[in-house]
Amino acid sequence: MKLKTALLGAAAAFAMAPAAFAERGADGQLNIIYWQAPSILNPYLSSGTKDVESASMVLEPLAGFNEKGEVIPRLVTEVPTVENGGVSADLTSITWKLTPGLLWSDGTPVTSADAVFTWQYCTHPEGGCAQAARYEGVTSVEAPDDLTIKVNFAAPKPNPYQAFVGATSPLLQAKQFAECLGAKAPECTAANFGPIGTGPFMVTEFKTNDTVQMVANPNYRDPAKPAFASVNFKGGGDAQAAARSVLETGEFDYAWNPQLAPEVLAGMEAAGKGKVFAAFGTLVERIEINMTDPDPALPEGMRSTAAHPHPILSDIRVRQALSMAIDRNLLVEVGYGSSGRATCNLVPAPELYASDNTGCLTQDIEGAKKLLEEAGWMPGADGIREKDGKKLKLLYQSSTNAVRQDFQALVKGWWNEIGIEVELKNVDASVFFGGDPGSPDTFQKFYADVEMYANNFDGTDPEPYLAQYTCEKAPKPESQWQGENINRFCDPAYDALVAELGKTGEMAKRGEIARQLNDMLTKDSFVVIPLVDRGRTSAASNTLGGVVMNAWDSELWNTSDWYRVK
Amino acid sequence: MTDLAPMKLDEALKPPRNQWWDVWDQFKTHKGALIGAFVLGVLVLAVVAGPLFWRIDPAFIEPDAVKMIRSRNQGFSLAHPFGTDQLGRDMLARMIAGGKVSLAVGLVAMLISIFIGTTIGVLAGYFKRLDGPLMRMTDLFLALPLLPLLLVMVMLFRETLAGMFGPELGTFFLIVFAIGVTSWMQAARIVRGEVLALKEREFVLAARSIGTPSRRVILRHILPNVMSPIMVAATLGIASAIITESALSFLGLGFPPDFPTWGRLLFDGVEYMTQFPDRVIWPGLAISLTVLSVNYIGDGLRDALDPRIRGR
Amino acid sequence: MLTFTIRRLLLAIPTLLFISLIIFLLLDMAPGSPMSQIPLTVPLEVRLKMIEALGANDPIFFRYINWLHKFFVIEPLHVFDGLFGTTFAGDSLRELSWQSRSPVADVIAQRIPQTLTVIGMSYLLGILIALPIGIYSAYRQYSWFDQLGTFISMIGFSVPTFFTGVLLIVVFSVKLHWFPSIYDTTLKVTDWASFGKQVKQMTMPVAVLGLYNAAQISRYMRSSMLENLTQDYVRTARAKGLSERVVVLKHVLRNSLIPVVTVIALGIPTIFGGAIITEQVFKVNGLGQLLITAIYANDLPMVQTLTFIFAVLIVLFNLVADILYGILDPRIRYD
Repeated sequence: MKLKTALLGAAAAFAMAPAAFAERGADGQLNIIYWQAPSILNPYLSSGTKDVESASMVLEPLAGFNEKGEVIPRLVTEVPTVENGGVSADLTSITWKLTPGLLWSDGTPVTSADAVFTWQYCTHPEGGCAQAARYEGVTSVEAPDDLTIKVNFAAPKPNPYQAFVGATSPLLQAKQFAECLGAKAPECTAANFGPIGTGPFMVTEFKTNDTVQMVANPNYRDPAKPAFASVNFKGGGDAQAAARSVLETGEFDYAWNPQLAPEVLAGMEAAGKGKVFAAFGTLVERIEINMTDPDPALPEGMRSTAAHPHPILSDIRVRQALSMAIDRNLLVEVGYGSSGRATCNLVPAPELYASDNTGCLTQDIEGAKKLLEEAGWMPGADGIREKDGKKLKLLYQSSTNAVRQDFQALVKGWWNEIGIEVELKNVDASVFFGGDPGSPDTFQKFYADVEMYANNFDGTDPEPYLAQYTCEKAPKPESQWQGENINRFCDPAYDALVAELGKTGEMAKRGEIARQLNDMLTKDSFVVIPLVDRGRTSAASNTLGGVVMNAWDSELWNTSDWYRVK
Repeated sequence: MTDLAPMKLDEALKPPRNQWWDVWDQFKTHKGALIGAFVLGVLVLAVVAGPLFWRIDPAFIEPDAVKMIRSRNQGFSLAHPFGTDQLGRDMLARMIAGGKVSLAVGLVAMLISIFIGTTIGVLAGYFKRLDGPLMRMTDLFLALPLLPLLLVMVMLFRETLAGMFGPELGTFFLIVFAIGVTSWMQAARIVRGEVLALKEREFVLAARSIGTPSRRVILRHILPNVMSPIMVAATLGIASAIITESALSFLGLGFPPDFPTWGRLLFDGVEYMTQFPDRVIWPGLAISLTVLSVNYIGDGLRDALDPRIRGR
Repeated sequence: MLTFTIRRLLLAIPTLLFISLIIFLLLDMAPGSPMSQIPLTVPLEVRLKMIEALGANDPIFFRYINWLHKFFVIEPLHVFDGLFGTTFAGDSLRELSWQSRSPVADVIAQRIPQTLTVIGMSYLLGILIALPIGIYSAYRQYSWFDQLGTFISMIGFSVPTFFTGVLLIVVFSVKLHWFPSIYDTTLKVTDWASFGKQVKQMTMPVAVLGLYNAAQISRYMRSSMLENLTQDYVRTARAKGLSERVVVLKHVLRNSLIPVVTVIALGIPTIFGGAIITEQVFKVNGLGQLLITAIYANDLPMVQTLTFIFAVLIVLFNLVADILYGILDPRIRYD
């Protein structure tokens, strides 16, 4: 194996003289640490970031996203568009052309049959595929010849780059997974733990929730890559330990998501062994406002439902005051440093969809007080505002996380300042995001007045994300509290505009509608109070070259280009 | 240990000399115990009376952005003897506020767990009929996974308790109860083991043969002789209760996030350990001092309660 | 004693079945769902489909019987097949983890060596340190040795391992570069060099946990010895002219061991339960880390299987302790 690698490397060196400095496997071992350990290397069975990203070094989609959010070809000759005829004029099909001569890591050729199989694998009714959303609206995938893949849609798709694009929908080898369709998918442990792929590396040993050992793929399409001969992918521990192992002790080359206080991270960087990289995507930390009444005195099944509007927060002036009292720049400074930006938008990127709304960035305590007074909330004896004998008191919940608890303390301070009494509550993340209808503490149930968490959307198209705020998507007891419209915002005009966005194909027009929808939720109604646009961060050793942070795809998207700085 | 009926007779005949005075006399001779009692007293006084003298609000954050940034992560100064944290909150005020909760939780939870543990241990060890069922129940509790158990308890009781006693006191009862109910098993097993052996000793057999009722055999003969492992379990119990409380609060199962406790301050401080070591030193020191002093008090108390040592 | 042991072993079966049922009900009741760790970007319909594919929506009674069947019938058959190359199990479905979709038993088997070497070693070390310290501290009560021992063990117990662990890493890994801060679970001991590496990476976790365990056990040892040293039989033994050595190490020690045996017997199952925090701090991916990640991910099959194995060990070692009581003190009778 090693001999073969060396020979291939040597051959590559002769074949391409200018690239002679780059030789496959010349740079030894690459050490990566993720403090959440990968459980499985098949992204179709688990959509956890740790699983998708670790698998992305092995499995590849037809096309991916680069650091600017543009679609780039990976296994295909070019990205199909309407202009080059790859996408049909009526937007109902897309045709991909595989690069000729591509091999799986076991040496067999990659064909369009693999793509057809991958589609069948994920859309099998009993499979419980975690990435089924990527194939939504696809009626069939055809293979007219070995290198051509035609994806047909049920209706015109303004954004056809869903199936087979990005690390969440990679190509599986039909031969390896042939016996694993539907209910049998989980039984194929060997395949799920060691998928055969086209990526720069191939798995030699996988210990679930612990480590992945990989070596360079001898059949990788670029004979000079990857520069590393092997990869040790360690999982587990905590963010601080991961950051320390790269920035302070130098035991590892790359650490995922070192989510630490900025001053702690800066102190570690001062050791001079590595740097922190950040890239901005669409992840926004926000405060969601409950438009319905969570009062515990209401009978179960009535709390936080549309039947009872919120007694305080139904007034837009109060909501606006809450937003005005917050100093977003200070939040960034305390919680995220250079890996965060203050934002007033729910959709902060891509540029086409991002509204130019910056009105919230300056804190205005006096203005907030005035608004509350206009709304009839007058200061009481103990400094807490009152109206009709009722105190202005809010319950503010969030998931357990050091930065979120600091944010809660800061925001509580400002809201106290404008005369609002605030009770804080934090809930363990596995319960908060768990969605168990039996628990009172889930973010969907929203048994609090305001709550804070972060959310984003997959890829570059915000349509499904904005469509979450339509009336019928509100969580309610009848639907087991499942639903994505967390704050139970309901505006027929908004719903109509979302429907219009679904019918619009022209990009400029889509951008305009999306920006309008974003503004309706934020500066026009203040039902969502965006706080921070959070970047993706990673720590990389100074001896590791070629790292380009990417917020639109797996952040390990270009490991084939990584090398050892000498 | 006290039996009132014969005491009344004594009182009539002799000058009043309660046996607790003997205990106190013996306790006084134990230097470690005295120092321990003093230190614990100082800690309790500091957290109870502290807020009267140190009037900074532990949750106060400078509302002005520029001032707030300047007030973060400060070291020692006259305005902030223990420094400030990452949000510029005064650490001394937080230590005082945190100590109140930690001491109360530690002591009460320990008492609950020792009470349950001793009762179950003695009953199981002394009454053969109860041994099987009680010990199987102990096995069950030992086997239950702690975290899901706590999650269920919080889910079932938090709102009810908060409704009955208000959010803070309700949470306090919940935490103390949760820790007590999940930590008595070791004490029960240990006490039972000791009682099994004690039960066969001559003095117990003698007491039983003259027809002493079981209740009195247990209270007068068995319990005093299992005091020493109980004392150890109690001291160790305080430390683990304080730490467990921090873990609970951290997971969002305990007090609200802006409510400091020693365990939580220590936990939060670990992240900042290299840059601001005093962030972990103060809470760590406070917990250790509490445990050490309780340990020495326990040592002294055990000696003082043992009639074989007393008066030597 | 033999009849007692057999009776208790038989009685253990219904007890354990009952415990497994309670654990199952408890886990089912706990808030949280297996979907808690997947990104919010995954739409609702997909989530519901995934839950269905996991079988998490089946009636609880059905799931419990299913688990029992897999744990007591299918898994033993697979073990048997693995040992003797037979095919009794055929292609019957094994108990699969919800997180990794792989057989629970395989994952547990993969983790046991790490946990046993690190946690087991630290427990052994703890006992070896604690017993002599406890005995000598009691024998020379309030000597400087006793005072120092008390002080160190109380500090050792009151300072949590999440703090001591990180402290050791900062001092010995970051500043001095003596030991690695990340435990390498892929290291295979084949020669002296790799053995040296293994010892190096085990040093810090073993030290942290060993101190914690030693602190606890030595306190019980000391107090129990103290209790016995003042008893009449000790005076008798001394009066008979026995040497101090025999008096302390034979008579007093044997009578003082009951609480210590209890503590150790309760501690041994926890070795298999792993030390969650220590494993987390040093990245020793053992059973403790497996359990805690499974709990966070609401991976019920994994949590149920791990806790049940744990329950079996607890029942077993408590029985061992009961038998040891009888040996240490022949007056204790169970029949």
